[in-house]
Amino acid sequence: MKVLVPVKRVVDYNVKVRVKSDGSGVDIANVKMSMNPFDEIAIEEAVRLREKGVATEVIAVSCGVTQCQETLRTAMAIGADRAILVETSEELQPLAVAKLLKALVEKEQPGLVILGKQAIDDDCNQTGQMLAALCDMPQATFASKVEIVDGQARVTREVDGGMETIAISLPAVVTTDLRLNEPRYVTLPNIMKAKKKQMDVYKPADLGVDVKPHLVTLKVKEPPQRSAGIKVPDVATLVAKLKTEAKVI
Amino acid sequence: MTVLVIAEHDNASIRAATLNTVTAALQCGGDVHVLVAGANAAAAASAAAAIAGVAKVLHADDAGFAHALAENVAAQVLAIAASYSHILFAATASGKNIAPRVAAKLDVGQISDITKVESADTFERPIYAGNAIATVQSLDAIKVLTVRTTGFDPAAANGGAAPVEVLAAVAASAKVTFMGSEIARNDRPELTAAKIVVSGGRALGSSEKFMAVMTPLADKLGAAMGASRAAVDAGYAPNDWQVGQTGKIVAPQLYVACGISGAIQHLAGMKDSKVIVAINKDAEAPIFSVADYGLEADLFVAVPELVAAL
Repeated sequence: MKVLVPVKRVVDYNVKVRVKSDGSGVDIANVKMSMNPFDEIAIEEAVRLREKGVATEVIAVSCGVTQCQETLRTAMAIGADRAILVETSEELQPLAVAKLLKALVEKEQPGLVILGKQAIDDDCNQTGQMLAALCDMPQATFASKVEIVDGQARVTREVDGGMETIAISLPAVVTTDLRLNEPRYVTLPNIMKAKKKQMDVYKPADLGVDVKPHLVTLKVKEPPQRSAGIKVPDVATLVAKLKTEAKVI
Repeated sequence: MTVLVIAEHDNASIRAATLNTVTAALQCGGDVHVLVAGANAAAAASAAAAIAGVAKVLHADDAGFAHALAENVAAQVLAIAASYSHILFAATASGKNIAPRVAAKLDVGQISDITKVESADTFERPIYAGNAIATVQSLDAIKVLTVRTTGFDPAAANGGAAPVEVLAAVAASAKVTFMGSEIARNDRPELTAAKIVVSGGRALGSSEKFMAVMTPLADKLGAAMGASRAAVDAGYAPNDWQVGQTGKIVAPQLYVACGISGAIQHLAGMKDSKVIVAINKDAEAPIFSVADYGLEADLFVAVPELVAAL
């Protein structure tokens, strides 16, 4: 069984982004970029499935600018066998990415697609579910445990109020939550090995996909700032302030 | 123009998040219809009909809807989607799971986590963990939206008397089976709807100490309990208590952060709270930069003292 793992290149999670003064977006020039943390968990899970003999090949995919090659090299350093870049400098929204991935699913016929539940830049939480719908595949989102048994994926999901377990027939789409696994550190020898692994590059047109945006971002602004309040010296003062000043208890 | 809200329910009653979603729907303009897809869910449909502002309730009943599986609920929504200008879900685990399936099948873009309705096609939503707010316009005929509940007041749960129309249920998917769930039952208010939230961080040190220190405070305040990602990852608190960018978004009247340093991902989940109290022994903790009242103290001393003083 092949496993396809889409990964996104995003602003590193430690970077606090700044809104551009003209309101056209956030400033990502000269900012550290990394693999979306949820996608790193997805790659790790796929590699573990191959190490257990459940998966035969792990293919990492990224859609976006040329520099996504770095993200794909990281995926291969974690353990993906090969990579596919769908290269474009156009803005890609989740629906367009889902359509590109659908074309690759048809080409590669994976038994499982594992990807992050959301990207930490646009915080959309859409691509996995959209891909599943377009491919008429079942989905298990927000996974904290994945087992492949008898041609099915048994997935424990993080839901409001606790956990639930569902069984979905393969092929299927799984999206990862934080507690699924802890991705391994990439080692220097594996980074060197990843440089030699195969990477195919397509353009959206090669896959016959129209990536035109369905949404337009009119402006981006700073959120309302919260100013720091006061420090209180002790618990008694805190309780008094909450009762008489804030009136919340 | 008619707006469809997908109700979140437990087959007997409507979940609070649906009420906030109805408010957002009313702001989009036009009549608001509510879809209740459930199993033996007549009581939930009646509850939906009582929500103020709802013009019609559509009730589809089938065993396949018992656990709100995305494949089945999305198919039911798609069966009626063409009649609507907007389709709204609460941005909860369930709404986030189902909405993109609907959008993809309609070949429309989805706008997630809206916090403001500017006009019928333009909405505000936070990006980059709430460090920026984007104004986004949809170019599609049908707008599929998920609604961040903290951005909208709840509609009144009573006062409406909408008619309930029964729909033919779509066939359940054979590709997915519900196996079981572990849902924690407790008497505390729901985290995202609570008036007071008390949250603990990694400084609590263990699951036992987390519960021993935080539970009395929550009991005393009638509060819901939350946790930072660090505390959840360390196993001190259950997964669904996580407050932050990728966990729960809360905006209570009072948020008490104990032993939480205040990573931007955590602040994204609670900085819209009305009053924030931070108890932390690190004077430099970033949580103090958003706290209305900061107490620089060891939480193991200060929290029991606070419980005694309340």
